[in-house]
Amino acid sequence: MTATRDKFGRPIIVVTGMGVVTSLGSGKADNWKKLTAGESGIRTITRFPTDGLKTTMAGTVDFIPVEPFSSTDLSERLGELVAEEAIAQAGIGTKGDFPGPLFLAVAPVEVEWPQRQELGRAIGSATEINYDAMLRVSGGGRYTEYHRRFLFGSVAGHLAEIFGTKGSPISLSTACASGASAIQLGVEAIRRGEADAALCVATDGSVNPEALVRFSLLSALSTHNEPPQAAARPFSKNRDGFVMAEGAGALVLESLEAATARGATILGIVAGCGELADSFHRTRSSPDGKPIIGCVRNALSDAGIVSDQIDYINAHGTGTPENDKMEYLGISTVFGERAKQIPVSSNKSMVGHTLSAAGAVEAVFSLLTLEHQRIPPTINYDIPDPAIPFDVVPNKARDARVTAVMSNSFGFGGQNASLVLTREPV
Amino acid sequence: MTEMKSAEQKSFETKAPTEVWITGIGLATSLGEGLDAHWEALGQNRINVDEKGFAPCVVHPWAQVNLDAQIPKKGDQRQMEAWQRIGTYAAGLALESAGVKGNAEILARMDMVVAAGGGERDLAVDSNILNMEARGNSAPGSLNERLMNDLRPTLFLAQLSNLLAGNIAIVHGVTGSSRTFMGEEAAGVDAARIALARIAAGQSDIALIGGSQNGERKDLLVLYEFGGFNLKDKFAPVWARGEAGGFALGSGGAFLVIESKAHAEARGAKPFARLVNVVADMARRKHAGEVTSTLEKLWGKLGKIDSKAAIITGATGVEPVTSEERTFLKAHAQHPVRASGTIFGHTMEAQFPLGLALAALSLSRGALFPPDGTSATEVEMSERPSQIVVIGTGHWRGEGMALVEAI
Repeated sequence: MTATRDKFGRPIIVVTGMGVVTSLGSGKADNWKKLTAGESGIRTITRFPTDGLKTTMAGTVDFIPVEPFSSTDLSERLGELVAEEAIAQAGIGTKGDFPGPLFLAVAPVEVEWPQRQELGRAIGSATEINYDAMLRVSGGGRYTEYHRRFLFGSVAGHLAEIFGTKGSPISLSTACASGASAIQLGVEAIRRGEADAALCVATDGSVNPEALVRFSLLSALSTHNEPPQAAARPFSKNRDGFVMAEGAGALVLESLEAATARGATILGIVAGCGELADSFHRTRSSPDGKPIIGCVRNALSDAGIVSDQIDYINAHGTGTPENDKMEYLGISTVFGERAKQIPVSSNKSMVGHTLSAAGAVEAVFSLLTLEHQRIPPTINYDIPDPAIPFDVVPNKARDARVTAVMSNSFGFGGQNASLVLTREPV
Repeated sequence: MTEMKSAEQKSFETKAPTEVWITGIGLATSLGEGLDAHWEALGQNRINVDEKGFAPCVVHPWAQVNLDAQIPKKGDQRQMEAWQRIGTYAAGLALESAGVKGNAEILARMDMVVAAGGGERDLAVDSNILNMEARGNSAPGSLNERLMNDLRPTLFLAQLSNLLAGNIAIVHGVTGSSRTFMGEEAAGVDAARIALARIAAGQSDIALIGGSQNGERKDLLVLYEFGGFNLKDKFAPVWARGEAGGFALGSGGAFLVIESKAHAEARGAKPFARLVNVVADMARRKHAGEVTSTLEKLWGKLGKIDSKAAIITGATGVEPVTSEERTFLKAHAQHPVRASGTIFGHTMEAQFPLGLALAALSLSRGALFPPDGTSATEVEMSERPSQIVVIGTGHWRGEGMALVEAI
């Protein structure tokens, strides 16, 4: 039985199912094809008028209809699709009866403008509109559905019901590290022996006017609107911000023991997870890079490996001037001279920044990298930044021997999370 | 650094069973701040409720404090909205109560699980946009223009759920890890459940858990008005809100420091109580009685409950779920019950952490605070409680329970 435990005596955690949707398309096959072809999913926004906005492009998922549109409804639909794909691949449980808990990374849910505008119309133009007036028209059962829809727990509640996950579903937010945190929670639950399997889903359908404005006001977004495909430029000297994007990723995690017992195909191993919070600033990393360095080291030590054993880094690589610089500082401190040789690429150059979903989307892509022994490129890499001498796998995918991947996620609020994913148990 | 083994790795080698203590409590609510103030107010059946300011909705206003005491930089205070200030303040009290405030070594490896809402609106900006649109000014892009011009750039950070934890990290230096759970009442239950499970399994030594809410928020009242949940016009104890039911939103932050007994002893910390177990589920609530039977199931999973156990419930007053919970409570009528919702209002994400805090406080003071004095559900308890079961039933989804024990 020792073969089902890691070197610390904990259950080895394997991935037996994966699902992904991004602006590139739906499903692993389509995404992988386009990702390794260096295609961009970033396009000019058509969902709503963009007049007056500094940024008019995003990685929207417009090919999955949601009527009437709300970011929460789209998040829920994307979460459903990826969970379905992952569970089908894993072949676990029976329909509507997943034998483990749900960990869902989801953007904070809130009432959106269409609903607020509906209240405005209900009040009419004869009365001054304020929140007292809104409160007066909100009751009486006319908008009951808004309550159901805009509870923070509504997406998780829905997914838990349709997939029949067990226990209390957890909705979590660690900002742009959320997807990685959802996976980490699943790993920990199985390691504790609470469950043999966990469904980890991360989803984000946030491209709406206010969300775009919010990031814009923080000067976080690229304004390179034309052509939109060239907007996301991680690690380039002329990078000017991230590109908002939608998408979702899901993993079915199991203990190696349980997966083997039911004859499941093992797609990869989650060997280690690391996290460390930063107390420097609400949106910026500590200039000494210590929290990022500590987070990366925590992931390595949780996996019980050293940095030499990592042969590809799936970067957070948002394309903001700050993130990419700090990520280089963090990686180069831990990896030393190897930081210049080890391939480090950013999926966000193609799919944009899927925010709450990014950690899981990129974990799926990291596992596909292990499966296909092929590294997706960093596209739009025309002007290298001499301050970031990474091998970013520029513009073209590359075949390579990859046995262990590190996937990084960093977010507002000092959130840092890193995963170590491997082909075989380490 | 790579030579160091995490607590989890050590534990899996030694398989040491881990007992978990509550060693810090931070309360800043409608009744004031700090443990003595709360104990005194509870003893006097004091309730701070506002029937007029948000009429017809009844809310429990936050008792203002000197924010500088826990959030010394004005700049930090300005970067937060009320719900974050309340939570950051209460978190500071909890760290102080545990004797770890400013202890950089411990704070740097302290885990944090926060149950958070968020999304606090700028009411004036929203109202202005809607008035503009009502007057026919809704050219394409006019919404964009107003948002770009009128939203404070940092408002987003005051709205983001995970920025309560972010602010706690910045203001108090808790940085071992930072996880934010969302999902109304269940988020509070799961924050406690996961933090406890991690310490019990040796994945962590010490954690800060909790949540906060600002009930004096019209945008929040609107959300709950959609579902018809707001208590209107006149305050009544949660057990006496009739068929219509309803909750009065509460305001407050409740945070706890929990840690392994070994860790607490090693640093000479005194426990308030032992956190024995936290369990949770999500009844589908499609049929009558499902909440009652789910609570019964959770009760069975808590562990051994002795005859001198009391119950502190966060029952919301919302129907039919409060009646379903009362049916469950009647089946355990030998255990005296207190409803935190009557006293503090419904603090949503903070409901369960508040229950845990009141349980630990009561056990440490060797008494259960007095009943509401009006309902048959709450009776006097003259004995010293040996255990307190904390119940957190969501107004719409989620059921949780904890067993807290005297040491």
